[in-house]
Amino acid sequence: MTFGIVVFPGSNCDEDAFHAAKEVFGQDAEYLWHKDTDLKGSDVVILPGGFAHGDYLRTGAMARFSPIMGAVRAFAERGGPVLGICNGFQILLESGLLPGAMLRNKGLQYRCEHVYLRVERTDTPFTSATTAGTVLRIPIGHGEGNYFAPADMLQTIETNRQVVLRYTDPQGRIDDDWNPNGSVNAIAGLCNEARNVVGMMPHPERACEPLLGGVDGRAIFESIVAWGGSAESLALHPVGARAEGARAF
Amino acid sequence: MRARVFVTLKPSVFDPQGRTIAEALHSLGYQNVEDVRQGKYFELDLQTTEPSAAKKLAAEVADRVLANPVIESYRIEVD
Repeated sequence: MTFGIVVFPGSNCDEDAFHAAKEVFGQDAEYLWHKDTDLKGSDVVILPGGFAHGDYLRTGAMARFSPIMGAVRAFAERGGPVLGICNGFQILLESGLLPGAMLRNKGLQYRCEHVYLRVERTDTPFTSATTAGTVLRIPIGHGEGNYFAPADMLQTIETNRQVVLRYTDPQGRIDDDWNPNGSVNAIAGLCNEARNVVGMMPHPERACEPLLGGVDGRAIFESIVAWGGSAESLALHPVGARAEGARAF
Repeated sequence: MRARVFVTLKPSVFDPQGRTIAEALHSLGYQNVEDVRQGKYFELDLQTTEPSAAKKLAAEVADRVLANPVIESYRIEVD
């Protein structure tokens, strides 16, 4: 399958995501410049981490106006899988593709460390190869990852079972001491109602090789690669449409 | 006309920066400062000369871009 990695001015985890997709998992990968307007036949789109547009105004606030986001939105509305990692998650929130907003970390510190995450949902393309309750150890690196939603929105999110990952202790228990940023309900990852758009603050692309200190991030990539062969994925890309997309590129 | 837009976190949203500033002021002896809320301030130079139109335009810009309605509210002054 083809991974489309969006590159905004200020993205800095784009090459890591590209490397994971191409070198670790042997998939095709394309960079999608933020001024592009087509996804070059991507089967999955990743909004990578970094500081898109310098995080001016608010994190992710300017990136949502980049031309590529129109194509990303249309792709998401067709059911295409979209993963926002860290700054990419913030962009999905500002774009309204996911509900809620990010605040400064509760302790005001930039937190750069490994955290433990409990998988809550396996009915998304990015967690389908995992099992609920699995605890993943994946690094974070952010100053604004304090997820917030007003009470009624939070209620809807929980009722719809949209929380994909929560910060926990190493045994998978929710504990304020193991919540690195103060996120409400320990939310580390979230999906939309249709479940094809996922945002997460931790960086799975930084945890795919033993050399980097852990391989738990592989679960996210293995899930989407497995999804790539599914009936749902094939339905999204009828053979004719695929060939046309390839010619356009 | 000039519109001034003040954006702050909603009262229901915890403001860790404001709290930290308040604590710093308390440690300096300013016990009379009960609380601090940090926000953003924007000056918009507008072509219109009609106050109501200026206010309407500033509100539209604040709704769409300057403030995130999930966490922030805003106040507008025009002159």
